Amino acid sequence: MEFFAQQFINGLTLGSIYGLIALGYTMVFGIIGMVNFAHGDVFMLSSFIALIFFLILTTWLGLTSVALVFLIVLILAMVLTALWGWAIERVAYRPLRGSFRLAPLISAIGVSIFLSNFVQVVQGARNKPVPPLVRDVIVLYQNEQYTVTLSYKQAIIMTTTALLLAGFWYLVQRTPFGRAQRACEQDRRMAALLGINVDRTISLTFVLGAALAAVAGTLYLLYYGVVSFSDGFVPGVKAFTAAVLGGIGSLPGAVLGGLIIGLIETFWSAYFSIEYKDVAAFLILIVVLIFKPSGILGRPEVEKV
Amino acid sequence: MTQASGITRLATLRDEPPAAMPGGPADPILVVDHLTMRFGGLTAVGDVSFKVGRGDITALIGPNGAGKTTVFNCITGFYKPTEGMIRLRQQGGETYLLERLPGHDVNRLARVARTFQNIRLFPQMTVLENLLVAMHKPLMQASAFSLAGILGLPGYRRAQGEAIAKAAAWIERIGLTHRADEPAGDLPYGDQRRLEIARAMCTDPVLLCLDEPAAGLNPRESADLNTLLRLIRDEFGTSVLLIEHDMSVVMQISDRIVVLDYGIKIADGTPDEIRNDTRVIAAYLGVDDEEVADVEAEVGLTGAQA
Amino acid sequence: MAQGSTIGRVAPTVAARRTSALPEMVKDAALFALVTLGLAIPVVAYRTDLGQGTGLELTGRWGLVAGLCAAVFVLRLAQRLVLGEVSRRRDIRTLAEADSKAPARLARPGRIIGPLTLGIALTLPLLAAFGSGSLSEGRYWIDLGILILTYVMLGWGLNIVVGLAGLLDLGYVAFYAVGAYSYALLSTVFGLSFWICLPLAGLFAAAFGVLLGFPVLRLRGDYLAIVTLAFGEIIRLVLINWVDFSGGSAGLSSIPRASFFGIPFTAGEGGFASTFGLTFNPMHRVVFLYYLILVLALITNLVTLRMRRLPLGRAWEALREDEIACRSLGIDTTMTKLTAFALGAMFAGFAGSFFAVRQGFVSPESFNFLESAIILAIVVLGGMGSQLGVAVAAIAMVGAPELLRNLGFLKAVFGEGFDPNEYRLLLFGLAMVAMMVWRPRGLISERTPSVRLGARAR
Repeated sequence: MEFFAQQFINGLTLGSIYGLIALGYTMVFGIIGMVNFAHGDVFMLSSFIALIFFLILTTWLGLTSVALVFLIVLILAMVLTALWGWAIERVAYRPLRGSFRLAPLISAIGVSIFLSNFVQVVQGARNKPVPPLVRDVIVLYQNEQYTVTLSYKQAIIMTTTALLLAGFWYLVQRTPFGRAQRACEQDRRMAALLGINVDRTISLTFVLGAALAAVAGTLYLLYYGVVSFSDGFVPGVKAFTAAVLGGIGSLPGAVLGGLIIGLIETFWSAYFSIEYKDVAAFLILIVVLIFKPSGILGRPEVEKV
Repeated sequence: MTQASGITRLATLRDEPPAAMPGGPADPILVVDHLTMRFGGLTAVGDVSFKVGRGDITALIGPNGAGKTTVFNCITGFYKPTEGMIRLRQQGGETYLLERLPGHDVNRLARVARTFQNIRLFPQMTVLENLLVAMHKPLMQASAFSLAGILGLPGYRRAQGEAIAKAAAWIERIGLTHRADEPAGDLPYGDQRRLEIARAMCTDPVLLCLDEPAAGLNPRESADLNTLLRLIRDEFGTSVLLIEHDMSVVMQISDRIVVLDYGIKIADGTPDEIRNDTRVIAAYLGVDDEEVADVEAEVGLTGAQA
Repeated sequence: MAQGSTIGRVAPTVAARRTSALPEMVKDAALFALVTLGLAIPVVAYRTDLGQGTGLELTGRWGLVAGLCAAVFVLRLAQRLVLGEVSRRRDIRTLAEADSKAPARLARPGRIIGPLTLGIALTLPLLAAFGSGSLSEGRYWIDLGILILTYVMLGWGLNIVVGLAGLLDLGYVAFYAVGAYSYALLSTVFGLSFWICLPLAGLFAAAFGVLLGFPVLRLRGDYLAIVTLAFGEIIRLVLINWVDFSGGSAGLSSIPRASFFGIPFTAGEGGFASTFGLTFNPMHRVVFLYYLILVLALITNLVTLRMRRLPLGRAWEALREDEIACRSLGIDTTMTKLTAFALGAMFAGFAGSFFAVRQGFVSPESFNFLESAIILAIVVLGGMGSQLGVAVAAIAMVGAPELLRNLGFLKAVFGEGFDPNEYRLLLFGLAMVAMMVWRPRGLISERTPSVRLGARAR
């Protein structure tokens, strides 16, 4: 039971990160019906951005306040990753609207390959470790054999995720941008006719998705303390799985899916086989897509003839 | 399936629900029976029943959003109806329940062909190739699922020659011989429409369903279309079911007209009957039945639609 | 369809471009440079390296950032000035001859390049031997030829799936792996010869294709892509972790080498050289392998070309164009997709068993997602559906970096540590995006009709 509880906490932490990445997938899919294959690599890139700013702040500027460092790194990573998201949409996706069906996906694969190798070239192929920022843990429960803990890191990750989600939810549900975005999701042409700047709305969607990926990237770095250029692919696929599982296009679904994937992965590793943990995620992806492509919270798609 | 002769078949159409449709064509090729289609909470088609006579041109009309295309999609296997039965009886007596067939078998076995409201050609393939794709089934058999074809056996060559000859004949009928080797996507709109009909005809259908074939055509093209549809009915004996808004087409060539409004059938009869049906006129004018006379007087109509 | 949209789009841009003046262009280019600066901070500006201690050390590289920004500025300006002018002229021409007979223009280079490439491919061992003095000296070139031809074959195989049937398969390498491991296991465990294993490997790969394809082929395009990707990864992960079966990440080694239809390439009695009265040369085997992959690739090509003219192949293309229309014409779309998938997988299986027999060693490392992406990039860059385009793209994408690596002056310019292979994938990615943006139908995009009415009439 104690073991289970500990794994549950670990799974939720991991799931929060997946959920944040999944939001980027689900938003982009919702608005332009495209699988942004490069999103995982944007996440990886943001992790590097966070890493470098972390080093600048701690080693060069000598900042010691953990909260301050974390906050500055988070904001800088969000801003600069958002710029990447904007640029990618502008260069690689926007010219393709109206092109053939698979063009955006192929372009996105190109971006994905480019990003991971760009980081490899400019930062080198080796793992980049950072010293742990926070080490403290809260002991939630203790008996003779076992201790259930919630580390500060985990607490930070879950709190940040929850706060950002709330803010984000507000943005989409209550602001003009959110309304424009939802309108574009339903019918882009009609939205344009009604005076919504569709290009800007789509751009903003990418910017937001990238910013959320940056949060995930920063938290990932905080949690694992190491990042490498190839770290975008697998979390990217898992986050996509989460988005599909939750029902692609649905924002709460993305988070829910992320948490489920995080939990499944953690329990699978803990109880079954750590070697096959990625197989579990991939299998879920295949099974969900085959049997319930609309996911848990998604709407079923009616084929347009 | 049923091996009875023509006449007894008519007499023993015993699973006919008695109250559904009194009257209608004597020898229906298609019987749509209590068809209902719901999308979530929305009932697009509610309990619609009608018949398509063998060798007839039947028009399905109604205001926008009346559920015509949904009925089409149910007949041609793209939607599985929520309720109801769609029976197709071929000349030889074989009967198919279309709602139970997998999508492509509606064409392959039951031999129902269709066109689409927004033309669906294979735009990069040539006119000729478009028609050859429609002859997939006989050509696949002749090529022994590609084995004979890949070896270039004479049987396949002959079959391909025949298929090309048939396609060429259709290309000539629609007047596109000079553009036969050009991508279909490069054709003008009216030619694309006719090509799509020719392509559907290349599958040797017993029933041809046309979704707004005259949409976007100019008067001359509309007239050509009428000729083409009559040719299909008279020379090929193919029954035609069409959705159409262009009343000049509908009234001129239809043998029967079925009218839908808000997913419900409101009338079913010959063009003359429909012309004088107050409910139909009300539906088209968007007013209640009682007000029809007033509105007609107002706009100068006298019971008939132009 | 495409025509209409081009015309609609072109008219305003022609006018817009004419009015754009130099200051405006400079401003625009400066904006590009500014964005580049933003993107370059901090991933380019500071490189992280493991230092003496445990921590990372930062090295500033602002010179590089400045160079990048300047390069973007100049390139953008050049693009606006030169390409803008070129494309404006082309647009005007396209407008003028909107529906004229353009195809002849692109078909002609194809008519020359095709046979020329084939000619070089057929005589490459000879050319290499003469060019570099002896057969052994020419080994580098023949090995490079084998490498390129393997990718050409994989590209052609995937072209059936992606180019003809329009199914985006991101796990193609899985079938390549199935082929490679089939040969590796069948030959080491059961002692079967290469010539028995080759068709078996193809069949196994095709069977895997059917097995995977059956449930997933009704999915919409991008979902299918992701599922195939997941499948490819699962295969790789299983190969890594199921040690008893596949040898794990260490892989399988000492796989029997290819023989000349039963006659081994050995020095002694009964070997290839003595049987045919030649002096023994280890290069015989390399040349044989070269021709083996050449023949396999050509078979792939031949089958594809033939299939295009058959009803099944036509149905694939029709499927790519419009799946719903296909269904309305009585085509069983799932079965049709399945055949394309299986056939593509089969050729990957053949290529895989060739890979195994050539290397004598297989490990999961060779079958990762990147490999799938490279093959896909070759198909995309070649122009989906174009056989010649795929061959040219494979040569350019696999051959060129290899050749560049040996060019001394590049090292002189970029420094000693410069390895163009490092930048290969970077360029692959960029090229894929550029292709989709500028020439989505590929470099050689003209589609030849599979059958003509006109030719018959004449």
